[in-house]
Amino acid sequence: MDPAWTNGLIGGLLIGSAAAIHMLFNGRIAGMTGMIASALRLVGGERDEGARLSAAFIAGAIGAAAGLTLAVGAPEIVVTRAPWALILSGLIVGVGVTFSNGCTSGHGVVGMSRFSKRSIAATLTFMATTAITVAVIRHGLGITL
Amino acid sequence: MMGGSVMRGLTAFLAGCVFGVGMALSGMTNPQRVLGFFDVLGGWDPTLAFVMGGAMVPMLIAWRIRARMTESVLGAPLPGPASETVDARLLGGAAAFGVGWGIVGLCPGAVAPALSYGGWPVALFFAAMLVGMGLARGLDARRAATA
Repeated sequence: MDPAWTNGLIGGLLIGSAAAIHMLFNGRIAGMTGMIASALRLVGGERDEGARLSAAFIAGAIGAAAGLTLAVGAPEIVVTRAPWALILSGLIVGVGVTFSNGCTSGHGVVGMSRFSKRSIAATLTFMATTAITVAVIRHGLGITL
Repeated sequence: MMGGSVMRGLTAFLAGCVFGVGMALSGMTNPQRVLGFFDVLGGWDPTLAFVMGGAMVPMLIAWRIRARMTESVLGAPLPGPASETVDARLLGGAAAFGVGWGIVGLCPGAVAPALSYGGWPVALFFAAMLVGMGLARGLDARRAATA
């Protein structure tokens, strides 16, 4: 098996375990959209426990990735340097996940594994539009990002 | 005193650490791998399917355990039944999210750990994403005010 697939599988098991711990110990859904929105309430001065736990989870995700980078080096990351694409993509993702109340982690992992109709519908929809977008950009417009 | 709230905070931080390491290891913080999965007309890269499949296994088990619990291990309320509302807002939002995801290949779950080693492009994407989230909330507030 391609080492990237093995790493993907182990990484996925870790992502799912993190979500399972967050739910079984803290009663919370580890969807990044919801957690970012919830953590941002701290900026607005609200200090409810949901906001604090979301901020702690996100701090752990950023901190562990930073620690890993210091310890063994950064994982491979090739991201476009075109500002227009980064800004446009970020804006659309931010608006989209707020209206759909979830993204790949919340709907795709946590929601789908409880067979939520809502999450299955959302996941199938965004997987389809992502594939269409990639096809249009790469093969229709011939742009490599 | 080590109250339940402190323990829940520490557990959330540790769960976040596991999530961050998992994301970094999975390759999903690398937009080229994500775009490679969706590029069915190009050289298809199936890694994302392994990640999502792997991630669903612990959660499938966790939902079964949750069904037999009345509160979380650390005493917090557990998530209630899932909403089953499939409406235009959900599908429109999801469709838009996919369009955005397909442009750069970063999603909210991957962008947090990627902030640690992705340099300014990831930071710029993240900032734009927060602006987008704020815009959507602003639209909601305006609609609520006029309704």
